Amino acid sequence: MTTFRGANCGLGAKPVCSVFTDTGSNATEGSGGVEMRYEAPETMKAAVALLASDEHGRVLAGGTDLLVQLRADTIEPSLVVDIKKIDEMCAITRENGGFRIGAAVTGAELGEHEAFKSVWPGVVEALELIGSTQIQGRATMGGNLCNASPAADSVPAMIAAGAIATIEGPDGRRDVPVGEVATGPGRTSLRAGELVASFLFPEQAPRTGDAYLRFIPRTEMDIAVVGAGVCLTLDDSDVCVAAKVSLGAVAARALAPEAAAKALIGTPVDDAALAELSRAASAAAQPIDDKRGTREFRIQVTGVMARRAAETALARAKGA
Amino acid sequence: MSAAEDLDYQEKPHELKWVGTNVARTDGVDKVTGRARFGADLIMSGMLFGAVLRSPHAHARINGIDTSRAEALKGVKAVVTRNDFEDQPSEMIQVGELTVNIRDVIRNVLAREKAMYDGHAVAAVAATSASIARKALKLIEVDYEVLPHVIDVVEAMKPDAPLLDEKQFTDGVDPKPDKPSNVAKRLEIKLGDVEKGFAEADVVIEREYKTRPVHQGYIEPHACVASYTEDGQGEVWCSTPGHFLVRAITSRLCGIEVSKLKVTASEIGGGFGGKNIVYLEPLALALSRKCGRPVKIAMHRSEVFRATGPTSGAHMKVKIGARRDGRITAGWAELMFQAGAFPGSPVFPAAMCAYACYDLENVLVIGYDVIANRPKTTAYRAPGAQISAFAVESAMDEMARALGIDPVDFRLMNAAKEGTKAAYGPTFGPVGQVETLKAIKNHPNYRVPLGPNQGRGVASGFWFNIGGETSVTMNVNDDGTIALTVGNPDLSGTRTSISVMAAEELGIDPERIRPAVGDTTSLGFNFISAGSRTTFAVGKATVDAARVVIGELRARAAAAWNIPVEAVVWEDGRARPASSNAGDFEPLSLEDIARDAKKTGGPIAGHVETNVSGAGPSFATEAVDVEVDPETGHIKILRFTAAQDAGRAIQPNLVEGQYQGAAVQGIGWALNEEYIYDERGRMENPGFLDYRMPVASDLPMIDAVIVEVPNPNHPYGVRGIGETSIVPVMAAVANALEDATGVRIQELPLSPPRVLKALNEKNGS
Ligand SMILES: Cc1cc2nc3c(=O)[nH]c(=O)nc-3n(C[C@H](O)[C@H](O)[C@H](O)COP(=O)(O)OP(=O)(O)OC[C@H]3O[C@@H](n4cnc5c(N)ncnc54)[C@H](O)[C@@H]3O)c2cc1C
Repeated sequence: MTTFRGANCGLGAKPVCSVFTDTGSNATEGSGGVEMRYEAPETMKAAVALLASDEHGRVLAGGTDLLVQLRADTIEPSLVVDIKKIDEMCAITRENGGFRIGAAVTGAELGEHEAFKSVWPGVVEALELIGSTQIQGRATMGGNLCNASPAADSVPAMIAAGAIATIEGPDGRRDVPVGEVATGPGRTSLRAGELVASFLFPEQAPRTGDAYLRFIPRTEMDIAVVGAGVCLTLDDSDVCVAAKVSLGAVAARALAPEAAAKALIGTPVDDAALAELSRAASAAAQPIDDKRGTREFRIQVTGVMARRAAETALARAKGA
Repeated sequence: MSAAEDLDYQEKPHELKWVGTNVARTDGVDKVTGRARFGADLIMSGMLFGAVLRSPHAHARINGIDTSRAEALKGVKAVVTRNDFEDQPSEMIQVGELTVNIRDVIRNVLAREKAMYDGHAVAAVAATSASIARKALKLIEVDYEVLPHVIDVVEAMKPDAPLLDEKQFTDGVDPKPDKPSNVAKRLEIKLGDVEKGFAEADVVIEREYKTRPVHQGYIEPHACVASYTEDGQGEVWCSTPGHFLVRAITSRLCGIEVSKLKVTASEIGGGFGGKNIVYLEPLALALSRKCGRPVKIAMHRSEVFRATGPTSGAHMKVKIGARRDGRITAGWAELMFQAGAFPGSPVFPAAMCAYACYDLENVLVIGYDVIANRPKTTAYRAPGAQISAFAVESAMDEMARALGIDPVDFRLMNAAKEGTKAAYGPTFGPVGQVETLKAIKNHPNYRVPLGPNQGRGVASGFWFNIGGETSVTMNVNDDGTIALTVGNPDLSGTRTSISVMAAEELGIDPERIRPAVGDTTSLGFNFISAGSRTTFAVGKATVDAARVVIGELRARAAAAWNIPVEAVVWEDGRARPASSNAGDFEPLSLEDIARDAKKTGGPIAGHVETNVSGAGPSFATEAVDVEVDPETGHIKILRFTAAQDAGRAIQPNLVEGQYQGAAVQGIGWALNEEYIYDERGRMENPGFLDYRMPVASDLPMIDAVIVEVPNPNHPYGVRGIGETSIVPVMAAVANALEDATGVRIQELPLSPPRVLKALNEKNGS
């Protein structure tokens, strides 16, 4: 067994410690392992400077991906920058009628934020699908996005919601749509020294509803085999005037197929429109065969998840 | 134990005070507070941390191992490879009732000529920290010559399959083959004449089935601490269901006398048969011997998946014939089992159990034990019986449908009962198959109306249970409490059940008995906690030990009163004169006698060393309701009822827990669990994220029904209860799936992709 002692180190005076410290009273000899620097800066500027100083540095948010990867020896960073001490990273604020969510806000915190939850129930339900109660206390949207797993649950929901990622880096601040951050499994468009600071969920049009649904063989503690996020807006006569559909786990990164959104726009989101959405979503899916499901299965179930998510989003838009 | 001695138990039926009630588990507080000490919890001063280098290849010749760079790393104290262990000849050695080929055992512990599977141990390192040990592994250079590999059992049986062992010729075929083969053995279980039986049949169902290897999934990874000192004494602390087994194998592989190795069993966080084998202990002891410091090795979960367990995957053919009136005329099966890298799949018990639920005249089961480039299979809860039951009980369901008979009634028409001669040999005494079927039929769950996409399935199962070598010591403390030492690690609350039986005999509160699992130096040999033997066999030996103690207590009282011992009886925890004729004396309590023991002859104790026989087989019948999502193929378990014959439930809540746990493991096996290999034979899902065991929210409360048909060979009627309830599950779920959807699937797991594909095919899309 190994323990992560980073959190303790960050509080105290000692800036350097060994992450892998063997448990037990006789761990005195245990310091010959891989040395890894742990830093917990209190400002965005300091965090950016640290990351820019070490090309093998890593951001640590909740650590629910990072620690697993450390333990599995798939990464060996020389520097870990904990962002949880930076106020802005952990804040939830209103901005121009919308919400700005710090990248290090946990699933559990967002799940208890009644105002955000009532506006973006689909985003919250996606975030709350991650792991378990224990994982929820740590996992963040920033980590979910930057880990860049094609199956990340909150990403299709954020894309459907039209969320914008605000990125801080050595060259300052820039805003990009969430869909442009992850570029492939484990890869992002972040440049050296950059990190995601927060997400902006712009002001929502009236009569808008969002939803996220995933397929897993179990009921929890599993990774999406297919995920679908849908956000749609109705006019006063219940005709869909805007829609975004995003699909997870069926390509190297979350997709946002236009054809699927078009299947809804201009319709009353009736059975015919839903069937068309289902077809378009399946057609857009480009999954692989892997341990989590076959290609054939994923293509078929993509249509099912998209349709079911749209049904929920529709009910929410109607205020049901 | 002779029949005459067995009769003795029947002589004095008395009101039971503790047996059949639920008392608090003796290990309960430690387990729920996290104080219980498991395999990885021991820390010794100066202890080093071990790590094991594992083959990344499914099949590779090892041309050389260079450990020099690892040895040179600061903090590394010892490295062991195949060169540190003397080779062992091909020889079947007995460890209690377990027979193992010691040549295979040493090869499984550490690869010699070849790495036989992904994850096979190749070298081990001990260092001052776990991270240094891991780093050292990366510095060991192994010269592998990668060989073609084979995983699937049908592929492995083909004449042109990559050969795993050039020295293996199929056993059990006549004439002896002249070419080596991956088929280690062919065996047969035969009763009557199946040809004749099929000729009498009106309906014949013939099908093929496939199951995947599945892991036991115990939560605690394998772990041990070993210490070897300058005076040639070894000590091992480990998580095991049988520390006497660990002692036997480890001392043999390390070339030391049995007396020089003391093994202590830690608490065990699950095993289900998967720990009835030795992996780490010889490595840790050899490392310790090399550097003179204690060494701890604990596996990571990925090592548990890649290198330990599982049970076999199988390919099976089944043919059942029956008359229109519902009577089965013949049962035939051919079972091809993956043994993993070394022979010894559970195909033999699978063949024996295949038709054991039924009273049949004509049975033929043929089994093949086949090696393949996978971890050596180990026991898993009713080993093999669950696999053949998936095939036979699926076919039984189709037969019931074909005959238009309710599946429970069909089984009742053919059920094994007292006097049935089982195809595998014995004639059953009193058994509970009919009672479990009736329990299911009469259960309210069996009548709940089903909705759309819902279905109900039923299946039965059988497991032998075993007795075996057992040693127990019972010491009376000077305050009249009892120190009870048994030699079987407690997997399931057995310390509590055994204490309850002792309490019943002695007539004292179970709280006054402290049960402990003794180390290998404190008792005679004990066979492992396996085969659902512990409550039965250790319980029986404990009852015998208590009777020895009671004899001594009566003798002390008789001496005090100066009357013959025959004139003293033991009742309600006290000695008293048998009748007024014997004299008028105040009864002497256990405390009274214990307090004065030093003056009346010294300490009072009873010990029993025996080979317990007379285990009672246990049958189970289960019913499951499922709901299938027609658009995704996802199966939801709505209701699950497990009825199993316990003989007698010493602790009903612990018995229910066993039925529930077994049912849940079966549900995982049925729905999602499988090993996934890439084209190079590497396991792709060595973790609980992608090796999908059920989580709590996947399951309904499992309704456990305790059927009690007492085992006449046990003082309280106990049968083993830990295993049978897993046997029917996979078939019951497949049967329910057909009931819900009309789709019959003959291959496990019934995972959403497989179910959806079958639904699509049925709907013609
Ligand atoms: C048991 C378990 C179950 C899980 N179940 C799910 C699930 O159901 N669905 C799912 O999608 N995921 C699941 N995960 C994965 C994980 O919990 C999520 O991806 C989570 O959102 C990661 O957030 P985190 O804050 O813990 O990220 P961390 O582990 O801290 O970071 C993840 C990665 O992102 C980088 N990073 C983090 N924050 C930033 C930032 N602000 N800027 C730049 N880079 C950053 C890190 O350097 C790291 O590479 C599970 C994990 C576990 C252990």
